[in-house]
Amino acid sequence: MNLPAGITLLYLLAAVLFIFGLHQLSSPRHARSGNLLAALGMLIAFGTTIPELHHSSLNLVLLAVAILIGIPAGAIAARRVKITAIPQMVASFNGVGGGAAALVAIVEFLRVPAGGTVSLVLSVSVVFAVVIGAVSFAGSGIAFTKLQEMMRGTPITYPGQQPVNAVVAIAIVILGVLLVVGGIGAAGLWLLLLLALILGVAFVLPIGGADMPVVISLLNAFTGLAVAGDGFVVGNPVLIVGGTLVGASGTFLTKMMSDAMGRSLNNLLFGAFGKIQVSASATGDGQRSVRSGSAEDIGTLLAYSQRVIIVPGYGLAVAQGQHAARDLAEALEKRGVTVDYAIHPVAGRMPGHMNVLLAEANVPYEQLKDMDEINDAFRSADVALVVGANDVVNPAAHTTPGSPIYGMPILNADQAKNVVFMKRSMRPGFAGIDNDLLYDPKTIMLFGDAKDSLTQLVAAVKAA
Amino acid sequence: MSSQLVSEISIFVLAVFLGFEVISKVPTILHTPLMSGSNAIHGVILVGAMVIMAGAHGPLQVVIGFLAVVLATINVVGGYVVTDRMLEMFKSRTPSDRASRE
Repeated sequence: MNLPAGITLLYLLAAVLFIFGLHQLSSPRHARSGNLLAALGMLIAFGTTIPELHHSSLNLVLLAVAILIGIPAGAIAARRVKITAIPQMVASFNGVGGGAAALVAIVEFLRVPAGGTVSLVLSVSVVFAVVIGAVSFAGSGIAFTKLQEMMRGTPITYPGQQPVNAVVAIAIVILGVLLVVGGIGAAGLWLLLLLALILGVAFVLPIGGADMPVVISLLNAFTGLAVAGDGFVVGNPVLIVGGTLVGASGTFLTKMMSDAMGRSLNNLLFGAFGKIQVSASATGDGQRSVRSGSAEDIGTLLAYSQRVIIVPGYGLAVAQGQHAARDLAEALEKRGVTVDYAIHPVAGRMPGHMNVLLAEANVPYEQLKDMDEINDAFRSADVALVVGANDVVNPAAHTTPGSPIYGMPILNADQAKNVVFMKRSMRPGFAGIDNDLLYDPKTIMLFGDAKDSLTQLVAAVKAA
Repeated sequence: MSSQLVSEISIFVLAVFLGFEVISKVPTILHTPLMSGSNAIHGVILVGAMVIMAGAHGPLQVVIGFLAVVLATINVVGGYVVTDRMLEMFKSRTPSDRASRE
C-alpha cells in the first residue's frame, strides 16, 4: 500500500503523539495528559484512514456498524468494572486486540488470488502476526478467567505438559515455514491459527494467579508485536510504529514488574514445571495459637501511638474498606498520630492497585509511601496495621530459603513495636504459605471483614 | 528489497529503541496505568481492520473483517477509558483541592 505523502505525514503525527503520550504516562504529574495525547493520536490515525477507504459501500456500512457496536461495548465494560477487577479488564482488552491483529493478517492472506504468488515479506509477516496475535488472544482469555476466579488461580500442571507444549511449538514453526515457502495454502493458515490458540492457553495455564499482572504485561507486548507485524502486512507506518512502541515498552515493563516482585521472569513463567515447587504447609497446622484482640483494645493502642504505618493489601480492596481506612487515618491524625501507608509493589492484585484504591478514597498521594521510602521507618513505628495483606510482610522471604517467596523484598512490618493483622480468617495469602509473623507474641489479630473492622476501630479511636 | 520495505524496517528499528527509552523511568505506581495506556495504543490495529474490512471480497472476508473491526474498536475504546479511570485517581491532592472536592 503506497500511501500519498499527506497521509503518511498525518500517520507520522499520530505516531509522534503515541510516543509523547507514552512518555508522559511515565510521570505521575503528566500521566493523564499523556493518555489524552495518545488518544488524540489514535483519533488522527482513525480520521486519516477514512479517506483511504473507497470500496464497496456495503462494506463501508458494515464497517460503520462494527465500529458502532465496538464503541459502547468497550466503553460500558470499562466504565462499569469495579476497581478490583481492572487487571482482568486490561487482559480482555489486550486479548481482543491480539485477536484483531490475527484476523487482519488472515484476511490479507486470503486476498491473494488462488494460484497467485505470495511475497516473502507478506507471508512472513502474516505468519508472525497470526501466531503472536492468537497466542495473546488465547493467553489473555486464560488470564482473565484466572483473575475473575472462574478457574483456580494455582498453577495448573499435568503429566506430559512440557513435551506437549514443545510439540505444539515445533508444529507451529514447521507450519510457518511451509506457509512462507509456499507449500500449503489457506488451510495451513487456519491450522496455524488453531495451534497458536492452543499454545496461548498452554502457556498461561501453568502460571499462578498472583503472577498474572506480569503475564498480562507480556501478552500486551505480544499484541503490540502482532500489530507491528500487521504494519508490514498492510504496509502502514502507524501500525508499525504504534505496535513496536507497545511491543518494546511492554517487554521492558514486564521485566520491571517481575523485578519489583523479586521474581525472575523465567521462574515466573516456567517455574511450575517441576524445578521450583511450592513446598508448603499450606495452612497453619492449627496447633499454633495467635493473639486476637477486640476493636476497642486495638483502637486504644492506635490512639495512643506516635506513629502508625498502615499496610494495605488485597483484603482491603475486596472489602472495599478504603474509605474506612481513610477515616481511621484522619481520626488518628486528629489525635496527633503520624500515619503513613506502606505500599508494597505487588500488594493487591497488581502493581499500583493499592495506590488507585486509596486515591479513590481521597487519601492524599503524599501519604502513600513506597517500600523503599518507608521500610526503615517501621522500627520507629508503634503499630504496623496490616489490613488484608499477608505475603508482603511475611518474614519467610528473608529467613526461609525453601519458601516460594524467598528473596522477595518485603515490608518490614515485623520491626514495628506492635503488629496488628486484620484478616477474615487464618487462611493463607495468595502464595498459599503460612506466615510466622501471625504467631509472633507482639502480633494481635483483629478478625473480621476489613471494612467492618476499620469502622469499629474508628469508633474506638474516637472514644479513646 | 524494495525501498518501501527498507523504510518500514528503519522505522521499526527506531521504534524499538524509542519504546525502551520512553518508559525507562516509570515509577512502580504507574506500572499498571502504563500497561493499560500502551494496551490502548496497540488498538491502532483498528486502522488495519478498517482497511481490510473496506476491501473485503466475499462473505468469509467480510465476516472476519467485521469481527476484526469490532474487536479492535473494543480494544481502543475500552483501553482508553480504563486507563483514564486509573489515572483520574492519581491527582495529588492539596488541602485546597480536597476542600473543593468535599
